[in-house]
Amino acid sequence: MSFTQFFQQLMNGFSLGSLYALLAIGYTLVYGILSLINFAHSDVFMLGTYFAFYMITIFMLPWWLSVVISVVLCAIVGMTIERVAYRPLRSAPRISALITAVGVSYFLENLGLVVLGARPKGFPRPDLMKNVYVIAGAKIQGVSFWVPIISIGILMVLLYIVYKTKVGMAMRAVAKDMETTRLMGVNVDQIILYTFALGSALAGAGGVMWAAKFPQINPLMGIFPGWKAFTAAVVGGIGNVVGAMIGGFIIGLAEILIAAFFPSLTGYKDAFVFGLLILFLIIKPNGIMGETLKEKV
Amino acid sequence: MGKRDYILTAILFVILLFGLWLAQNYLNAYMIRILNTAFIYVIAAVAYNLINGIAGQFSLGPNGFMALGGYTVALLMLPVYQKIQVYFLTPLIWPFSVITFPSYLFILSLFLGGLIAAGGAFLIGFPTLRLRGDYLAIASFGFSEIIFVLANNFIPLTNGALGIKGIPQYTNLWWTGGLAFLTVFLIRNLVNSSFGRALKAIREDEIAAQTMGINPFRTKLLAFAISGFFAGVAGGLFVTLISTVSPTLFTFAMTFNLLIIIVLGGLGSITGSVVTAFIFAFLQEILREVEATHTIGSFTIPGIPGMRMVVFSALLVVLMIFYRRGLFGTKELSWDLVFRLFKKKEPQE
Repeated sequence: MSFTQFFQQLMNGFSLGSLYALLAIGYTLVYGILSLINFAHSDVFMLGTYFAFYMITIFMLPWWLSVVISVVLCAIVGMTIERVAYRPLRSAPRISALITAVGVSYFLENLGLVVLGARPKGFPRPDLMKNVYVIAGAKIQGVSFWVPIISIGILMVLLYIVYKTKVGMAMRAVAKDMETTRLMGVNVDQIILYTFALGSALAGAGGVMWAAKFPQINPLMGIFPGWKAFTAAVVGGIGNVVGAMIGGFIIGLAEILIAAFFPSLTGYKDAFVFGLLILFLIIKPNGIMGETLKEKV
Repeated sequence: MGKRDYILTAILFVILLFGLWLAQNYLNAYMIRILNTAFIYVIAAVAYNLINGIAGQFSLGPNGFMALGGYTVALLMLPVYQKIQVYFLTPLIWPFSVITFPSYLFILSLFLGGLIAAGGAFLIGFPTLRLRGDYLAIASFGFSEIIFVLANNFIPLTNGALGIKGIPQYTNLWWTGGLAFLTVFLIRNLVNSSFGRALKAIREDEIAAQTMGINPFRTKLLAFAISGFFAGVAGGLFVTLISTVSPTLFTFAMTFNLLIIIVLGGLGSITGSVVTAFIFAFLQEILREVEATHTIGSFTIPGIPGMRMVVFSALLVVLMIFYRRGLFGTKELSWDLVFRLFKKKEPQE
């Protein structure tokens, strides 16, 4: 493999990894606060692509505006899911909340199949994503070039929100100790709602960019990216925002480079992600950035 | 279980056999098919309830285990000439290409299918059950998806997306009914043993259980492997019932159906799962009406394919929020309960 080819694959891996990172943050934020695997997150991601699709094709809105609207709609969907399905189960055994999460996810997928149709739809890509750039002799697709840049911009904003604003501080406090935070006069339910909004908005943004990269959308498209993003969150250390980003890039790069170096194994690249998950659970269950938590009695 | 209960259970078994004989001789093929499916659901749901309800560990793997069991049984029971026909593009790998079990070894192939599935359960359980948290859910979900990917891609073994067809149809009501009875009997006894009490202790509070001298990791792992074993047997029965297997047979929808069954019956209630498995098998057929086209007078209401699953998933969420106990809660139907119902002499304390 020549260097230019390797560089091309590296850029591909980066763009895929940044999408996993965007999606993984939603999982890690919710898990950090509620210890709940939000299975419905991958379906919010799917809905994001459909929102944008209908904004562009039916309402004829410009691309950037449809992205913004779709991100806002995703945040609303995320908050609705939290309010309707998860909040009534806050004090229930954890397994109940998990089953509900699976139920919501499956509901959205099947509703999608009925309402949106099972036939895959072609996603209209903007010219910006279709251009081909030549950098140091390597041909880079617009998606592979712009997606990482936009994602890193979004991730910077997210880090600012989580670590520099008051809402972010409240989020981190709720994740550490919900009861004490409540005693400090923070409206915990509201903060949880904000967390869902933030995570779902990122999922929406990730979804639209995913559709720009792989321009075929269907109601079940979220399942595999969602599962890989959760794996990324575990690899990076569940509950840790920076860890989720690192994990996302690791998974994305690993997936692309395995397919690039061993083309005969392309069909099994999902199995490698699974192997990575099992490996991490055996060797370093707390992930790269995770801290060891003492079990409270 | 006292002596009385064993005798009563034996009588129940005889009644069941008589019922099966009646069903086999007097019901039409459609009803027999639903009954077979219901019994297979009973096996899979009771096994699933052992890990989800009794041990309180959330697994999403039963469809993967059923696929493992199903493919194992299919590969062992398919006659050699049929194998050559099915694998006409890529030949089947040795040793499956030469061995075929005669029909009297069907039970052995089911057992081996169960063992392979239990091996799969061990593979995911070993890294995840040591840890606190819900890693089991995500790892078992991934495992099932990987089984799907492998079944599609590892063509020399699974024949890829085409699947395997022409599997001899060994499964009948005697097999499904008998094995369902056996499974319920074994798992009921397991739950009532000290092992079962250890599992319930882990479900309620793992740390407290540990201080009482229970090894949570070993107990959970064993329960998960047993659960995987019976799921594998159910998968094998299913494959020999419909005489074909392909990757799409055991998708997440299967796990979801089982989840509905155990939640509706009550997480942790074995007998509850048995009752709801039957309800579900029939409900699934009744709800086909929702998807069918209806004509009322001159109006035609078009059928909506896929609506059943929307209804079921909404049902699951509503159940979890408003009716978390399910029909039976964690209670069991037992002979004691039946006797109390009929006696009604002494007031309940």
